[in-house]
Amino acid sequence: MTFPGLFNYWVVIALMMVGFYVVIAQGNLIKKVVGLNIFQVSVFVFYISISKVKGGSAPILSEGIALYGNPLPHVLILTAIVVGVATMALALALVVRIQDAYGTVEEDEIREREEAS
Amino acid sequence: MAVTAVALAWLRNLFAVVMLSGIFTLTAAVVYVVMDAVDVAFTEAAVGAGIATVLMLGSLVLTTAEEKVQPRRAFGPLAMVVLTGAVLVYGTLDMPFYGDPSAPAHGHVAPRYIRDSGREVGPPNIVTSVLASYRGYDTLGEVFVIFTAAAGVIVLMGRGRRYRGRERRDAERS
Repeated sequence: MTFPGLFNYWVVIALMMVGFYVVIAQGNLIKKVVGLNIFQVSVFVFYISISKVKGGSAPILSEGIALYGNPLPHVLILTAIVVGVATMALALALVVRIQDAYGTVEEDEIREREEAS
Repeated sequence: MAVTAVALAWLRNLFAVVMLSGIFTLTAAVVYVVMDAVDVAFTEAAVGAGIATVLMLGSLVLTTAEEKVQPRRAFGPLAMVVLTGAVLVYGTLDMPFYGDPSAPAHGHVAPRYIRDSGREVGPPNIVTSVLASYRGYDTLGEVFVIFTAAAGVIVLMGRGRRYRGRERRDAERS
């Protein structure tokens, strides 16, 4: 590894901040959901990078391997991925519902219509 | 890892964002393989990149495919993001290095799982043993979350359809 040892955290932070920016700066609700997704994936990468042990192999028991990666974060992230997709489906359903009610998924237009009514 | 970041920089442009987010998730799956997390990579590729993209495309069909152009460049959010990022980077200075075998995350129960799960549970894949046996309650909770989310989606979408039907009826009456 030619990178400094903290490089993985910095990549994660960069990704996380891109997601964060999309969530707070974009007006389109679907784009916000995509931003949340990016944020989420960055957290996953963070956990997986924690579980890496230098020189270790994937946590599957086999002959002649003494050093394994840490299996615990893998399990947590497996659960988190599936839960993340479920919550994203819920968010998208809400977006579709908002489209039904307001005819738009842009945040400022929704606010205009809310004030007009 | 750097490729992922580049893929992200693109994400601002069009409403091809959904496809790009699929590609982004697949890249993340490759990163997981590099970091020895093969099970997670499988799940991410199948569920994260597959199902999530299909869901997003579906909601695009139901809403709009074009994003409104934003004339103003917001400075406030950018400053906020940079500030948060700087604080987080400062926080990483105390973290253990990448791949460090003596990091605190590798202590506690993890060595025991690696040592004993083959004998206690059976399958050679430690992740499977932990998921289904040692942390079975987590998986049960996951199932509850998925069920709740599915119920929520059904309630929301179902009512939407009924709502539209009522509007149509009102329109016909007037």
